[in-house]
Amino acid sequence: MASPARGKVTIDVNECKGCGLCVEACPPKCLELETELSAYGVHPAHYLGEDCTGCGICFYTCPEPGAITVYKMAPPPKATLTTTEERNAPAH
Amino acid sequence: MSDYQVTHSKSQVFYDVFERKPELQHQTHYCPGCGHGVAHKLVAEAIEDMGLQDKTIFVSPVGCSVFAYYYFDTGNVQAAHGRTPAVATGLKRACPESIVIGYQGDGDLAAIGTAEILHAANRGEKIAIFFINNAIYGMTGGQMAPTTLVGQTSTTSPFGRRAGNEGYPLHVCELLATLEAPVYIERVALFDNKNTMRARKAVRKALELQKNGAGFTLVEILSPCPTIWKMDPIDARHWIEKNMLPVFPLGVFRDRPAPQLADNPVPHHTLTEALGLDTTEAETSEPKQASKAAGNNLTLKMAGFGGQGILLLGQIVAEMGMRAGLEVSWLPSYGPEMRSGSAHCHVCLAAERIGSPLISHPDVLIAMNEISLRKFAPQVKAGGLILYNRSELPEGFELPQARVVCVPASDIADQIGTAKVANTVMLGALMSETELLTEESAMSVVQSILGAKAKSASVLEMNRRALQAGRQFMHKAATPVQS
Repeated sequence: MASPARGKVTIDVNECKGCGLCVEACPPKCLELETELSAYGVHPAHYLGEDCTGCGICFYTCPEPGAITVYKMAPPPKATLTTTEERNAPAH
Repeated sequence: MSDYQVTHSKSQVFYDVFERKPELQHQTHYCPGCGHGVAHKLVAEAIEDMGLQDKTIFVSPVGCSVFAYYYFDTGNVQAAHGRTPAVATGLKRACPESIVIGYQGDGDLAAIGTAEILHAANRGEKIAIFFINNAIYGMTGGQMAPTTLVGQTSTTSPFGRRAGNEGYPLHVCELLATLEAPVYIERVALFDNKNTMRARKAVRKALELQKNGAGFTLVEILSPCPTIWKMDPIDARHWIEKNMLPVFPLGVFRDRPAPQLADNPVPHHTLTEALGLDTTEAETSEPKQASKAAGNNLTLKMAGFGGQGILLLGQIVAEMGMRAGLEVSWLPSYGPEMRSGSAHCHVCLAAERIGSPLISHPDVLIAMNEISLRKFAPQVKAGGLILYNRSELPEGFELPQARVVCVPASDIADQIGTAKVANTVMLGALMSETELLTEESAMSVVQSILGAKAKSASVLEMNRRALQAGRQFMHKAATPVQS
C-alpha cells in the first residue's frame, strides 16, 4: 500500500465558482474540475484524492475566502506550531 | 484522517456569512478568477497573523470592491469615490492607535481620487493603501481607466487607447516615489504562484510597517479582470504577465524610514486657545461641576434662515457646554448662501463622549421660522420642547408629542434695538428651561465672541437685555400654548 499523501485539500462546492485557477496552479496537478455542474451551474474543482503535498498554493490562488481548505499531515510531536495552525483545530 | 491538520483555511478576519444578499452568502460577489478575492485573502491573512483584527479600520472604495465591508470583520467605513485616502487620514488622526487600511481600485485611486492619494502620500499619513490595478473600470462595465494600456480597447476607447488623445497609462508607484514622505511603495502582481507569494509578502510588510507606525505605505497589485477583459481566468493571468508587466514593472519603489522631521511638534490647543479667547473668567467662575450636576444630556436642533444667527447660537451653546466641562458637538448644515436660504445646526451637550453629532430626535427645537417649525417639529422627542419664533403657532399646526412655546424673539429683539439679538432672546428662553446653561456662562461666551472692541460694550449690553428678556418671557408664559 502506497504511503498516504502529505497533504489534502477540500473544496467547498458552495463557494467554488469554477474559475479553474487552482487546477492550473497546483504543482502536483492533483485538482481538476468536475464534469458535472454544481447547483450554481459551474464546474467546481475537486481533489483527485492523491499526491497533494499540502503546499497551499491552490489556497492563495483561489479568489474565494473559504472555498479551499488545505491540510497537512500532522508533524511529528514537538513541532513548533504557527499562529494559524494553533487556531485551527485538527481535522475531524 | 485525523492525522491531517488544517494549514490554510478561511481567515477569521472574514465574516462567517456574507450577508449582502439572501442567497450565495458564502461567496463574494466577485467574478470567477477575479484578483480582488486573492488580494482580500492576503490582507485578511496578514491582519489575522499580526493580531490586528480588532485594531483595523478598513476603508472600502467605490468600484467592485465597494462591498468589502460585507467581507472583512474589522472596523469598516465606505468612502465616497476616490476619497479613501482622505477618509483614512481622518480615521488615523482621530484613532492613532488603529491600523487604517485603504483599499482602492485604479479608477478610484488614479482617476477621481488622484488628488487625495497624492496629498495623503505627500503628508506621509500613517495608512496602508492597497491599490488594485486592473487597467480598466470593472464595476461600471469596462471604461478606460487612467491605467489602461496604450492600444487597449475599452468601451470608451473602442479603437484602443491612443496616447496622443487619451495620454499614457498613469504610473502611480513611480509618481508617489518622487515624494519625500512615503516609507514603502511596491508594485506586485497576481499572475502566477511566485508572484502571488511576493504580493503576500508585500502586503504583510505594509501592515508590519503600519503596526510600527512607520508612515505611508502603498502596495500596487496588478490584478486580473477576466470578465471585462473578456478572457478566461487563466488567460487573464497570462495577459498580466505579457501586457501589463512591460508597462508596469514590478519592484520596490520606496523602502526607507520616514524622514526625520525637524518641525516643532504640532501644538495641541483647545478651540478657545486657538481662537485666542479669554477663558480665565469662565474657568474661575465655573468649576467643572456641571457635568456631574447635569447627568443628563441635552440635544438641540436650531433652525431658521441664514442670517438669523442660527449657527452662531449653536456655537454659543456648545461653547457654554464646553466651558461647563461637558462633551459637546456642533454640526452645522447650511446652503451656499450667506444670507437667506435655510440653515440649521445640531448641538449635543453630554456628560459622556458623544458618538455622533447628528441628532435625529432632539430634546429641544428652536425654530426661527415657520418652515423650520413644520420641517423639524415632528422629529422632536416625545415630551421635548419647541421654541418657536412667533407670537402664535401657524394655522393648522398641531403637534401632540412635544410642548411648543411661542417666543416672539424677533419682535423682542426689535424692541431691544437690533434684530441681531433674536438668537440671544431664544438662548435666554432656552436657559430658563435647563439648568445646564447659566446666564454668567452665556455672557462670558458672548463677550469672548465680541472681543474687546470699543463698540462692543453696547452690543454686549443688548445681548444681556436680550437674554433676560427671553428668560422673563418664559416665566410669564408659564402657561404653555400647547401641551
